[in-house]
Amino acid sequence: MSEIYQLSLFELVNKIKSKEISCEEATKSYVERSSKSKKLNCYVEETFDIALKKAKDLDQSFNPDKKLFGAPIAVKDLFCTNGVQTTASSKMLKGFKPQYESTVTEKLWNEGANLLGKLNCDEYAMGSSNETSYFGNVINPYRNDEDLVPGGSSGGCSSSVAANLTSATVGTDTGGSIRQPASFTGIVGLKPTYGRCSRWGIVAFASSLDQAGPMTKDVKDSALMMEVIAGHDEKDSTSAKKNVEPFSSKLTKDIKGLKIGIPKEYKVDGMPKEILDLWDKGIEISKSLGCEIKEISLPHTKYALPAYYIIAPAEASSNLARYDGVKYGFRAEGKDLIEMYENTRAQGFGDEVKRRILIGTYVLSSGYYDAYYLKALKVRRLIKNDFDEAFKEVDTILTPTTPSSAFAIGKNDDDPISMYLNDVFTVPVNLAGLPAISFPAGYDQKNLPLGLQLIGKSFDEQTILNNAYAIEQNINFKPNYKDWWI
Amino acid sequence: MSEKQFDYYLKGEKGDYEVVIGLEVHAQVLSKAKLFSASATQFGAEPNSQVSLVDAAMPGMLPVINKFCIEQAVKTGLGLNAKINTFSKFDRKNYFYADLPQGYQISQFKHPIVGEGKVILDMPYGTKEVGIERLHLEQDAGKSMHDQDPNHSFVDLNRSGIALMEIVSKPDLRSPSEVGEYIKKLRSIMRYLNTCDGNMEQGSLRADVNVSVRLKNSKNFGTRCEIKNVNSIKFMQQAIEYEARRQINLIEDGKEVDQETRLFDTKKQETRSMRSKEDAHDYRYFPDPDLLPLEIDEKYIEDLKKTLPELPDQKKQRLISDFKLTSYEASVIISDQAVSEYYEKVAKNSDYKLAATWLMGDLFATLNKEAKDITESPVSAENLAKMINLIKDGTISGKIAKTVFEEMVKSDGDPLKIVEDKGLKQTSDPKEIENIVDKILASNQDKVEQYKSGKDKLFGFFVGQVMKEMKGKGNPQMINDILKNKLK
Repeated sequence: MSEIYQLSLFELVNKIKSKEISCEEATKSYVERSSKSKKLNCYVEETFDIALKKAKDLDQSFNPDKKLFGAPIAVKDLFCTNGVQTTASSKMLKGFKPQYESTVTEKLWNEGANLLGKLNCDEYAMGSSNETSYFGNVINPYRNDEDLVPGGSSGGCSSSVAANLTSATVGTDTGGSIRQPASFTGIVGLKPTYGRCSRWGIVAFASSLDQAGPMTKDVKDSALMMEVIAGHDEKDSTSAKKNVEPFSSKLTKDIKGLKIGIPKEYKVDGMPKEILDLWDKGIEISKSLGCEIKEISLPHTKYALPAYYIIAPAEASSNLARYDGVKYGFRAEGKDLIEMYENTRAQGFGDEVKRRILIGTYVLSSGYYDAYYLKALKVRRLIKNDFDEAFKEVDTILTPTTPSSAFAIGKNDDDPISMYLNDVFTVPVNLAGLPAISFPAGYDQKNLPLGLQLIGKSFDEQTILNNAYAIEQNINFKPNYKDWWI
Repeated sequence: MSEKQFDYYLKGEKGDYEVVIGLEVHAQVLSKAKLFSASATQFGAEPNSQVSLVDAAMPGMLPVINKFCIEQAVKTGLGLNAKINTFSKFDRKNYFYADLPQGYQISQFKHPIVGEGKVILDMPYGTKEVGIERLHLEQDAGKSMHDQDPNHSFVDLNRSGIALMEIVSKPDLRSPSEVGEYIKKLRSIMRYLNTCDGNMEQGSLRADVNVSVRLKNSKNFGTRCEIKNVNSIKFMQQAIEYEARRQINLIEDGKEVDQETRLFDTKKQETRSMRSKEDAHDYRYFPDPDLLPLEIDEKYIEDLKKTLPELPDQKKQRLISDFKLTSYEASVIISDQAVSEYYEKVAKNSDYKLAATWLMGDLFATLNKEAKDITESPVSAENLAKMINLIKDGTISGKIAKTVFEEMVKSDGDPLKIVEDKGLKQTSDPKEIENIVDKILASNQDKVEQYKSGKDKLFGFFVGQVMKEMKGKGNPQMINDILKNKLK
């Protein structure tokens, strides 16, 4: 018999509901495996003891109406969790215990999920490889001769789902932070429409782009998680008053007649042939399922990355101003207030965070605002218009998720630009506020997983879920790593 | 009526200088909750007892607009005869300070909720129109306390996040007294609207004062200095006088006025430099991505308009036309809503003119002496009206009324009862008065002779003697008439 931790979230919850498995057994299975997997460095904070106790309580108050009943779930350490250390993987917040629970995680617990711990990520979600975390690199369960990055910023999330250390998780995606790591680790990651999930209680990186979303073993799990975490929240003015669909029960493989767009601008120079091949494979499968494939144009795509690296740092420079050593978190003393600020922020933030605060401060400065920030906003509008035009013709857009598979730790250390290029296919989606899902499409020549991305219309997560689900069934991706770290 | 001329010019060697002043008034919105959180806003609460997670800028906290504060700002805009902007935006003003938990203040920069408007001032030299540039909403900061400990500063966040309206005037003011009248008028409008309590001593109303000087008749503005955060009319006026003189002295000495931010030292009565233009903060304003643009529709504005109370200017016109008050009387009475309500109550139940005279005379003097507000008046409007009616129907004389009023201040008693208890009722019996007149004339034959030979002034003497004999209770009109008759 396969291990409990190998079950999908959907299967696990069903087995708990049918009393084949107890909550305690489920939690034990994940706790034991997580405990043996410290080498992957997925966890910043483990709450295994609390989880085991909670599992017993759940068994006592058995409730099969809850959508995630008994599911052990660790979450990205960007979600504030009541009484449990929340650090955003920064020295700045080491030891910080919020007295409140983020809306998204609250929804998980309300549906019977059980917190396993907090997952490593890039510091303040700034990074594409999980190498900027104050708590060290996360290791990808897939490897060649050397340790590989799990992607970022939700690297602890992707690695722990791929390695079966959690039944599912929630990450956040500002420029690709759910989808790129999902692609690097052979899992499913969905960034919902901006406004679909509440941002309340999530440590902010770039408020107009941040969005929480599920990272799961398969598409069906993604739909189930979406159903739980989506919804309007009065505490977040940017959250949308939209009805939440029963995504998982509406999930269907029947995508006959669906019009899928292939943006020509995404065929970038120097893209590895195996990525093009996987993309073609996705197209062929879709055709065989009765979809109509259309070439479309998103002409402003090439400006997306530069615009993103103005807008996101601009917002971050302001969002991170509150970490000043005055109220909570890390403080380095100084002879006066200014020196205390300087010491605190110099010692509390890592290099990538500082780099982005500097960029953001610069582009908002008087004299530069129009040339950078304002222009970037205009580009953002053009990119949104591109998608609006495209979606008059098609229902979804199919692209690769990333221009490469997972790379070795340290490979892009001295080259932030090539690191930023990781996000080239994911960033336009955030700028346009659209939903997109990354799902495993297969392996490259190095035997590393690669993902395809489906982009949907605003608040039409259901269609990209259906589309991904249908292709997933035909690709039949299976994890092929060995448990080398145990 | 001859109007006085505006004459606030400051003398210098090079000529007379005109002082140009613009104000940025920060008025605390009257609201139980803060601009973006549900925390209470009560003044004088225990430090840090009215602080939400949002106010303390905890990680992941988000602002949510308090609709009531929007309503208050729109109402105030309407009261300032201003354009209400159906589209406005909240921006972040970024700077670091210990009492600014977010590291930015949420304010409105490019798109304020209220646009241009105007305020009318009643000056001794006529009415004066002051342009309003804009009104925008913003968060207040917390309070740093540096006097609690020798080595540490403390921060009280109770004020953090409280809604302020920043009302920016055009540089239309020309003297300290105009500034005083402007502040009083703003405060009066907001008190009528119930949008700001205007308590300057509690910091609910304070202003940044922009001052520049120029030679009289010059067309160009001089370089201005901004005096930050002045919290009383008196200090504003003192600061302007000092600052204008300082700038004139610089110009007279052939020096330049530097554009800078200054502070007013209330003890030394002088302004001093806080930071120069070069050191000015770059606030890096940008739209707050946590908040959607604020869109309000015309219907909302129209509906609010219908709920507005009568405002000071309208009330003044009505008092002039309905109660025949002079412009001066009307403007004194309307400057405080409670006073005007008191007045109307008295006037409607007695006599318009006498009501104004007694209110602005004896009652104001009493309130002043006892340091009381009209709402705490020892004499109720009902009783004052009754007393005035006793004068009107001849029961008491105006002079006796003063005695009655004094009694009323002590007890707020019914004036008729006081008159009866104290035997102050006026004697209007012609027979009785005639007897006394005869008696007085008889015992002053010499004076009667003098009067008849042309010494008219003695008439007053006879009136006084009769009144004295009648212990002040004789009907003065009747005494006059009878005396005149007898002395023919």
